[in-house]
Amino acid sequence: MGAITFDISLAFYFCAMLFALLDLFKGAKMLPKLMLLSALLGFGFHTIYIFYSGFSSGYVPIVNPHEATSFFAWCIFLLFFVLEYRYKLGLLGSFITPLAFALMFVSFILPAEMKPLPPILRSQWLGIHAVFAFLANAAFAMAAGVGVMYLVQEHYVKSKNLGGLFSRLPSLHVLDEINYRLITIGFPLFTVAIISGSIWADNAWGSYISWEPRQVWSIISWLIFGIVLHARLLAGWRGRRAAVLSILGFLTIIGAFAGLALLHKGQHVFL
Amino acid sequence: MRVLVAGLNHKSADVEVREKLAFSGEKLEPGLRALLALPLVKEAVIISTCNRVEIYMGIEGGVEGGEGAIRQVKQFISSFHQIPSGLLEKALYFYTDTAAVRHIFRVTSSLDSMVVGEPQILGQVKDSFQFALGKKATGVLMNKLMKKAISVAKKVRTETKVAENAVSISFAAVELAKKIFNDLAGKRVLLLGAGEMAELAARYLMTNGVSEIVVANRTFERGCELARNFNGRAVTFGLFKQEMVHSDIVLCSTGAPSYVVLKQDVHDIMKERKQRPVFLIDISVPRNIDPKVNGLENVYLYDVDDLQGVVDSNRNEREKEAGKAEEIIAGEVEVFERWMAGLESVPTIVAFRQKALQIGEGELEKLFNRNSFDEGQQKAIRHMASSIVNKLIHPPTAALKEDAEDRDILIALLRKLYDLGGD
Repeated sequence: MGAITFDISLAFYFCAMLFALLDLFKGAKMLPKLMLLSALLGFGFHTIYIFYSGFSSGYVPIVNPHEATSFFAWCIFLLFFVLEYRYKLGLLGSFITPLAFALMFVSFILPAEMKPLPPILRSQWLGIHAVFAFLANAAFAMAAGVGVMYLVQEHYVKSKNLGGLFSRLPSLHVLDEINYRLITIGFPLFTVAIISGSIWADNAWGSYISWEPRQVWSIISWLIFGIVLHARLLAGWRGRRAAVLSILGFLTIIGAFAGLALLHKGQHVFL
Repeated sequence: MRVLVAGLNHKSADVEVREKLAFSGEKLEPGLRALLALPLVKEAVIISTCNRVEIYMGIEGGVEGGEGAIRQVKQFISSFHQIPSGLLEKALYFYTDTAAVRHIFRVTSSLDSMVVGEPQILGQVKDSFQFALGKKATGVLMNKLMKKAISVAKKVRTETKVAENAVSISFAAVELAKKIFNDLAGKRVLLLGAGEMAELAARYLMTNGVSEIVVANRTFERGCELARNFNGRAVTFGLFKQEMVHSDIVLCSTGAPSYVVLKQDVHDIMKERKQRPVFLIDISVPRNIDPKVNGLENVYLYDVDDLQGVVDSNRNEREKEAGKAEEIIAGEVEVFERWMAGLESVPTIVAFRQKALQIGEGELEKLFNRNSFDEGQQKAIRHMASSIVNKLIHPPTAALKEDAEDRDILIALLRKLYDLGGD
């Protein structure tokens, strides 16, 4: 029951990605609708899967790498729907669904078996830390996607070549504004994740920070996004710069995520 | 019935001629009346805009009908507008049948317009048709033709991109501004220099939501004058750099022989603006803004050639799309032709049927007069007679209704064989 819902949602997400990419090249009216429909169906099954594994294991299902990447993708889709509903940004799906699908695919490859949770991880702080961290990461992923859209659109305007996606991409102002909003949402969530994480670390190991690589990376990402916000307010770092930095910030997150998950080192058992 | 169009447009006639032949306002109804009074004209719709005057008519069938009607319509136009017919010779064009149907489809789809894809013509055709309909000047043919032309235009609009993208410089500038700022409301425009092109572009920006306009001109008085037109304000030219700090769109047309706005200036201004984006439009020749400015972050500089480039590529895009539109139209013309041809065979079918029924009735009458049958027998005989008649006329009727290439021949043949009269 659990595995099949995951597979179905993976299939729907794949369709959503196909429609989204086709839309990039063909631009038929039906494609965005089909994309959204498949994504919603995939999301429905994905939600069932997450609740199912949560109930059957008795903890928030973000403990092994399989669950973590799957939950990450789930958060991205959740935010994607919110943005679609509120702003209807043209072509957003084409830039977001490939990333979310890639995460789902990685999750699919990773072993889904559930080991009993080590006693050290059994804390209410785990849920809080992880949920906040992934929501923040999803907001940053979104910001990076919108940042890429900004760079593409800016390229059209700057190069004075207004073909291709120019007319279908949102305006620079809107892209910049939404990139900024996503970071202002992601940053406090990320801060809460870091604080709850260190409280948890203190409970488990008796110190708030142990300077293990995962923690260091998180602080680097946190600093980058802090700089994006700070420099925007003070020095007007907007547009291109904000877009590049948010992409960079997201890459540090993905890098830490992938690198450390593979190395399996440190106290972050899974990540 | 055949379709005939007589008309002139921006390609066939100068504006002076078009003016003289226009059916404006009060001339429209008498025009329609006079047309319908012509012996060969059965239905009429007049479309009269500044770029075209066209009369669509449903006329009597046959070759004679066509040529006769053309002669009559020419005479009508020349006498109605009191213009010597020699002058009309060059300006007027006539299309009949397929060519006429294709023409109206192309007109409503805006393929025949001065600016391909402009949207007004469809509304103008709709209004003209409504007017003629209201005056009872139309019938089956014109109603079908006009409705079809309107729906074809909508199909072309949704299935091709003929109507997309700006095709004038001012329009391209507004389109770009929207892709930079999204919404122009609350944006401030600075006019550097008070040239005519700048004024036009500024007006376009105003109608698209720009709220504030500042003019900096070397001749202060001229600047004031222009500012008054826009409800804006004028500043002395020397202050333009301070003004640029607060302006989101700068339209430059000073007529100076060299760069007036340098990269360093804009760099400093952007710092003061906290990098809020700025759209610089340089419509002066030679250019007044150093093109290197475009390399600065959040600065978007377009000169006349850039804008013209945008316009040209949009035009190309539209023309490419026009090819697709022509294909759609060709398909629709065929459908309409089939409908019209069906219309042609209707009178023959009716006459044929009547003749057959008449014969049947006649023979029954004779039979019943000579012999006495009771009611039941009469009924049975009647039934048999009518089913023989029906079975006999069914195949030829079906063949006429069918959409075959040799329908004309069939019609002529049937009329001859059964002596139905007419051609």
